[in-house]
Amino acid sequence: MKVAVVVFPGTNCEYDVVHALGLIGMDAELVFHQETKLSGFDAVVLPGGFAHGDYLRTGAIARFPPVMGPVTAMAAAGAPVIGICNGFQVLCEAGLLPGALVANRDLSFICKPVHLRVESARSALTAAVAPGAVLRIPLNSYEGNYVATAETVGALEANGQVLLRYCDGSGAVSESANPNGSMGNIAGICNGAGNVAGLMPHPERAVEAVLGSTDGISLLQSIPMFAALVANPR
Amino acid sequence: MKFRIDIRRKEGLADPEGMTTHKALHNLGYTEVTAAHFGRTIYLEIEGTDAAAAAAEVETMCRQLLANPVIEDFEIGVVG
Amino acid sequence: MSQAPSAAAEPAHRQLGMTDDEYHSVVGILGREPRPAELAMYSVMWSEHCSYKSSRMHLGRLPSSAPWVVVGPGENAGVVDLGDGWLAALRIESHNHPSFVEPYQGAATGVGGILRDIFTMGARPIAVWDPLRFGDLDDAPNRYLFGGVVSGIAGYGNAVGVPTLGGEVEFADRYAANPLVNVMALGLLRRDQLVLSAASGAGNIAVLLGAATGRDGIGGASILASASFDEESGSKRPSVQVGDPFEEKRLIEACLELFGRGLVVGIQDLGAAGISCATSESAANGGMGMDVDLDSVPVREDGMTAGEILMSESQERMLAIVEPEALPEVVAVADKWEVNASVIGTVTEGGTLRVHRHGEVVAELPAASLSEDAPKYDREVARPGYLDELWAAGITEAAPGDTAEVLLALLDDPALGDRSWIYQQYDHQLFLNTVVEPGHDGSLLRIKGTDKALAVSTDGDGRRCYLDPRRGAARLVMESALNVAVTGTRPYAVVDNLNFGNPEKPEIMWQFIETIAGMTEACEQLEIPVIGGNVSFYNETAGVDIYPSPVVGMLGFADPMPPAPPRLDRAASGMEIWLIGPRDVADFAASAYSRVVLGRLDGRPAPTDPELGPAVIATATGLAHLLPVLHDISSGGLGVALAEIAIASGIGLAIDDIGWSELWSEGPHRFLAVAEPGTLPPLEVPAKRIGLMGGASLDFGRHGAVDLTTATREWRAAIPRRMS
Repeated sequence: MKVAVVVFPGTNCEYDVVHALGLIGMDAELVFHQETKLSGFDAVVLPGGFAHGDYLRTGAIARFPPVMGPVTAMAAAGAPVIGICNGFQVLCEAGLLPGALVANRDLSFICKPVHLRVESARSALTAAVAPGAVLRIPLNSYEGNYVATAETVGALEANGQVLLRYCDGSGAVSESANPNGSMGNIAGICNGAGNVAGLMPHPERAVEAVLGSTDGISLLQSIPMFAALVANPR
Repeated sequence: MKFRIDIRRKEGLADPEGMTTHKALHNLGYTEVTAAHFGRTIYLEIEGTDAAAAAAEVETMCRQLLANPVIEDFEIGVVG
Repeated sequence: MSQAPSAAAEPAHRQLGMTDDEYHSVVGILGREPRPAELAMYSVMWSEHCSYKSSRMHLGRLPSSAPWVVVGPGENAGVVDLGDGWLAALRIESHNHPSFVEPYQGAATGVGGILRDIFTMGARPIAVWDPLRFGDLDDAPNRYLFGGVVSGIAGYGNAVGVPTLGGEVEFADRYAANPLVNVMALGLLRRDQLVLSAASGAGNIAVLLGAATGRDGIGGASILASASFDEESGSKRPSVQVGDPFEEKRLIEACLELFGRGLVVGIQDLGAAGISCATSESAANGGMGMDVDLDSVPVREDGMTAGEILMSESQERMLAIVEPEALPEVVAVADKWEVNASVIGTVTEGGTLRVHRHGEVVAELPAASLSEDAPKYDREVARPGYLDELWAAGITEAAPGDTAEVLLALLDDPALGDRSWIYQQYDHQLFLNTVVEPGHDGSLLRIKGTDKALAVSTDGDGRRCYLDPRRGAARLVMESALNVAVTGTRPYAVVDNLNFGNPEKPEIMWQFIETIAGMTEACEQLEIPVIGGNVSFYNETAGVDIYPSPVVGMLGFADPMPPAPPRLDRAASGMEIWLIGPRDVADFAASAYSRVVLGRLDGRPAPTDPELGPAVIATATGLAHLLPVLHDISSGGLGVALAEIAIASGIGLAIDDIGWSELWSEGPHRFLAVAEPGTLPPLEVPAKRIGLMGGASLDFGRHGAVDLTTATREWRAAIPRRMS
């Protein structure tokens, strides 16, 4: 499987994502935002960072460059399209995922490991993980607070599109385990088909024991597993 | 009484957010845009009837807290 | 820089902060009266900040050579060899006065500036540290400054995409009107990527990369940092610079791509003194001259004078020297990263810097004269009168007290308590190198694709240096070395940021010279070079000087990295606690105990031990490859060091028999090791088993016990409860 890792001016997690995907045996390549084609790629990751400085609104300017054309086309065709942190914000601004990410409840940047409970395995981000599993993954964001209309959140919940929720170490979801004020403790969601998914925490920062956690591996391994399931439905 | 306070980066200071947004508008074809400047708007509701006194107080608030006179200019307007 | 009402009547050079003697030197160099733009250039380049005129003659004493030093002091950053073609670049700077004037932007632009120093060398910046000093957090203005500085560092550092791995923080009244904001950056590069600043080759082209030049920051870093603060400092406010991390991020990527493709001959960042400094230093370093056309400089405002353009310290700009044939490719790379590139000059034979504006020559001077001919002062020195009295007043033991009361008071101190309120606002994980994150003694970074690792610690202690700058500075070097040693690296190189008061006062110069002596001794004893540094004088407001505040940035190097580097949170029930190093020396001078419990600052700090100090450090480096927990004993003494291990590991401990004074004394060269019974190897330095991990309290034997949950709560709340 060949993964395009998209670089906008201001993106900064691109090398980390390529490193992490490489460690788990995937072929990842950087693609600059001015590219007009994504031929030969089976999946796309929009990595974290501060695309266009996060100016105006986070993700707002990054939805326009040429590469977003083929990204949108791949999303429509059912290929895995994953947004991590700033990438999640871009997917929301581009309308590929519902809702928006706004400033954290306490108005300060948060960089620390958080616990996540896997809510649904029906996505390109969670296909390889059992629902109920508790993962420890670093969070690193200022605008990580997920908001949407009650109607939208209701629909996400009803359709199993809520993938990950902030929880405590035992898996209990509570207000005190919510680091940034996200509605319903939502840390990650997917579209109706499950191929487009976004999350605020950084799975690529949790793939080596020497750095503190390997819980991100299963999330990243979900990308090829989901693609395989789509190609060969059981 | 309601006051509207517009706070803007001082003339001549870099406005990275404005410049980046200006460039993005150009890239979308709005080449007639010659500049974009960012600012913040604060609405204050204040008790009392002495408009002049309240306006003077709002100005003090701006200097003391709401704006950073080092890098920002502000303008006070009456909304109602 | 005088702000008196009669300023308008003062001669131009004095308004620019230049003395009459300095002005006459300029006339001597030029053989005529300087033009306005020339005067502007000399005034910034000869400012204290740019010229080191009060410190230069003393800095040469610091040891700066070692076989592994690739680039020593004098370039944008020091560079050391890590073997197998890997080099590390390290640099420290201060942004004290700009941060007092505008804390967010001052701190933000400090980060931007230090990063440019690193990538100017061809290195990718991989981490930043911020040693900070403020007034007491119980006062609102200090909270404003502290909060603003931390968000400025976070706002810029996170967005520019370089992790910030913490630093250190100290609070004292002496910093209330003059906070210290230092910033240090580390870069990594391959040997063949090393770029120096010299502009060689007549006919080569000077290309200005990055942001447009504005009136903001005219004389910002140089003038602000070269005079004391007074009540009129508010009028210096137009000097504030605004940082743009997005521009800097693109500039980093563009420059690294230019270096990678071998498209530049030399490069210089634009920091203090802006275009004046970059053009003159590039030319002088290469023994060349330069013709510069200011009309080609993109400006943000109409009507800027030549002097304003030359002196502007607008952020996010670089000056690259390129061969004419390479220019189209250079422009293409700049375009790719949406970075502006403008040809502003040509390298010439003969050493003359010639500057044009609107078709006229506005400056014509020997490029080297701006740096090499800068004044050098041998300022008057006098030992401060306060010392004898303070030394005599010191205590040699702690008066009996309540264990819980003392320990909880110390843990609640914002300089000793949990600092995660600060570092959780910083992205400290980007690039996947961070093996030991902030919150431990030193940060440890792996170098991917190798077995190598780098550790960094930053340390300062203004109070101890106030009581004895020589001993204080030597202690800092030893402590910093021990901090990197407990991560499993050996001390490898030092950078220093020397923050002092007004050098025109003989007592301040004495503090400065004693500090240099102390650092020199300790570095020689440890056989480590000082590869760069920064001097920040005039940290004086309304006549009050800061404590003498040298800050040490220590780089440690390991090859291979320990398989499981020690961490504070790896202690487990049943493990033994060992105290390694000399026993109690009853050192309460500038101790946390004296400050927090007794509210006093006196006594004479214990000296370092030239043999035992290095031996303890070498022991720590070795043990770090074997044991789960090592922890330097510093501020707060043994009592706080034990509590920190217990809190991090979430497990209590019981201590056998320790004297009351020894719990709080802060004698040097000591660390704790926590290990499974029987696993501590024989050592060549003193070691004593003092207790066991286990239980739910901090049990200090005959001195009583403190509940671990309570201790943890107090420790965690130390900063948040003051900042909320």
